[in-house]
Amino acid sequence: MTALSALIRRDIRIALRVGGGALIGVLFFLTVVVLMPFAVGPDLALLSRLGPAILWLGALLASLLTLDRLFMADHEDGSLDLITMSRTPLELACAAKALAHWLAAGLPLIVATPVLGLLLNLDMVATGAVALTLLAGTPALTFTGMIGAALAVTLHRGGLLMAVLVLPLSIPVLIFGVAASQAAITGPLSFGAPFSILCALSLVSLVIGPFAAAASLKHGLD
Amino acid sequence: MSLIDLANPTRFLALSARVLPWLAAATIILLGIGLYQSALAPDDYQQGATVKIMFIHVPNAWLSMFVWGVMSVASLGTLVWRHPLADVAAKAAAPIGASFTFLALLTGSLWGRPMWGTYWEWDARLTSVLILFLMYLGLMALWRAVEDPSRAARAAAVLTLVGALNLPIIKFSVDWWNTLHQPASVMRMGGSTLDKAFLIPLLVMAVAFTLLFVTLHLAAMRNEILRRRVRSLQMMQASRVAFSSEVGTGSRQESASKGAA
Repeated sequence: MTALSALIRRDIRIALRVGGGALIGVLFFLTVVVLMPFAVGPDLALLSRLGPAILWLGALLASLLTLDRLFMADHEDGSLDLITMSRTPLELACAAKALAHWLAAGLPLIVATPVLGLLLNLDMVATGAVALTLLAGTPALTFTGMIGAALAVTLHRGGLLMAVLVLPLSIPVLIFGVAASQAAITGPLSFGAPFSILCALSLVSLVIGPFAAAASLKHGLD
Repeated sequence: MSLIDLANPTRFLALSARVLPWLAAATIILLGIGLYQSALAPDDYQQGATVKIMFIHVPNAWLSMFVWGVMSVASLGTLVWRHPLADVAAKAAAPIGASFTFLALLTGSLWGRPMWGTYWEWDARLTSVLILFLMYLGLMALWRAVEDPSRAARAAAVLTLVGALNLPIIKFSVDWWNTLHQPASVMRMGGSTLDKAFLIPLLVMAVAFTLLFVTLHLAAMRNEILRRRVRSLQMMQASRVAFSSEVGTGSRQESASKGAA
């Protein structure tokens, strides 16, 4: 247990310091959201209708792009080998790393959501709904994306290949995340059903993600 | 004859060479019968002659999912039993599955044009098949991205199994998304009340397409094994050339030093 909490603390500290790049995700999120009005036009009514979808897409892309770093830096300096060989089960270590990554790179996205909601003309309720669904949904993105990060580190290929492999797997999260926020803003559906499915998706990926990532690290590293 | 006996690629090559002509002949005969029967099938009272696209479309759609199942079993073989032919099977199946999925999409959109008035409709089934197609392409990109086949095999196996777990979830969520956005679906199929005149040719075509897949898959596996042999022979030759030139310079240096002495 102490080993895992030490791992989490170490990862967060590295991510927040110089060269960690956790906060670049927030900057990317901001840039994507700012780009949107240039593409669809500065019509505030339209922007507030598209707002939840834009915020979800931005968060999805931002959390995908920061995932590259999840195992790559540790692989470069050799600490990934130490983690693989240690007595802690690799699945638990993977889960701890993903949790640390979510705390360092995922939570800032949710904190930034209210500010970005202002830019997209979302009211209080809508912003709150989007932030809440992001809070429930981004763990699923991190934990499924971790599988792609593990594949990328074993294959020494990152970037586009990882995005192509991981993005189709995140379609359910996107569907239910946007649906839950829309349900809270305009109705007519109840907020509960899509939101609980979103939480269920996060829980399922919490189980599948570490096992798949650990399997690909075990079989792939040599 | 068990699965372990097939682990020897040479034995597999010999056996598949004996089986392949029979499989190919059975596929051609069944395809002929199926096509003949579907040509004779009556026109639908609503859809007219276009209903005959179904006899091509449905077997393709069925195989697009069946092939992912085959690849998942092969991936289990790679990760759990380390069966040497499992990754060959998984690699050979991916492009075939992608082709079946593409054909299902293509025939579906050709069928949709006269029925719905558009080539593409964000219908739940079409959308989930499109996502399946994207996943096939991603898997093929993964196979192509890495030079070493055994390293690529294990990565692809993990991804295939994750995909197999995720596909039902994706299917479910796309269905849900679709009913959210389109309360009244355009598509109204006969469902299980398919008439016998349609059902029998459809079943024959499904069996024929499955046989077609088995034939193509065996042939592609043979090609893959031979390709790997060629690759390893080339590597051996390259290393022999490098080694002999190294030895050559070494002996020359030796004779030079002898001369100096």
